[in-house]
Amino acid sequence: MQLQTQNRPKVLSVLVMEDRIDAATAIQFKERMRDLTQTGDQRVVLDLSRVMFLDSSGLGAIVAVKKLLGPDRVLELSGLTATVQKVFRLTRMDTIFTIHPTHSDALSHDPAS
Amino acid sequence: MIPPAEPDATRMTFHCKVGTNTFAVRDALLGMISAPPLADLPPDRRDLVELVLAEVLNNVAEHGYDGGPGDITVTLGRCCAGLSCLIIDQGRTMPHGRLPPGERPGTAGVPLADLPEGGFGWHLIRSLTTDLHYARDQNQNRLSFLI
Repeated sequence: MQLQTQNRPKVLSVLVMEDRIDAATAIQFKERMRDLTQTGDQRVVLDLSRVMFLDSSGLGAIVAVKKLLGPDRVLELSGLTATVQKVFRLTRMDTIFTIHPTHSDALSHDPAS
Repeated sequence: MIPPAEPDATRMTFHCKVGTNTFAVRDALLGMISAPPLADLPPDRRDLVELVLAEVLNNVAEHGYDGGPGDITVTLGRCCAGLSCLIIDQGRTMPHGRLPPGERPGTAGVPLADLPEGGFGWHLIRSLTTDLHYARDQNQNRLSFLI
């Protein structure tokens, strides 16, 4: 599970370098994300622009990451492809996450505003 | 003259062997989407069919075969402006002998620590398919739907 990170003072960006987060890799994804976010307190932007396929296991892993971050640390998503967006919409998980069209939208968004 | 309705003109059967290979379902899906009839679909539609098949196959692997070895066959055909799908396995019977209701796990007003991490699969399957049927035939589970 390849993840590329950019550590900024206010934002930790994580770009998923895989084209699928599915039953085969959901657990590794969750564990990698836990390792990456163990320290730090910035908001996390998870960019899914390379993820062409997300099943219910992948969705569950993203929810698990949000829970791991706890109530004081925001997890936002960016770059959802059409089908991935549909998975979030059908499950109403699009109401649980702030979803930005692109990674740069996410970076310029200030959750305090 | 109206031509007679054609039964599934082109049906393809795919085999998936689950068990020790964690990527068995993923490999089977990649094989299915690159062959007819799925390869002929517009990409957005094909993606949704792939999602439903993933949910069904993962359920069979995890619950039908309990993560152990087993065979699953998937037969896909063009049917009535859509696709017909038939998935057969020899795993455990569906609990209570019928399909789960597939209610969407609740999210409204749920505290962070209680947000659902699973239980989405059957809701996704039911949301995206029609004519969903399950039957137990001797030692086989037979799941069919249109999409």
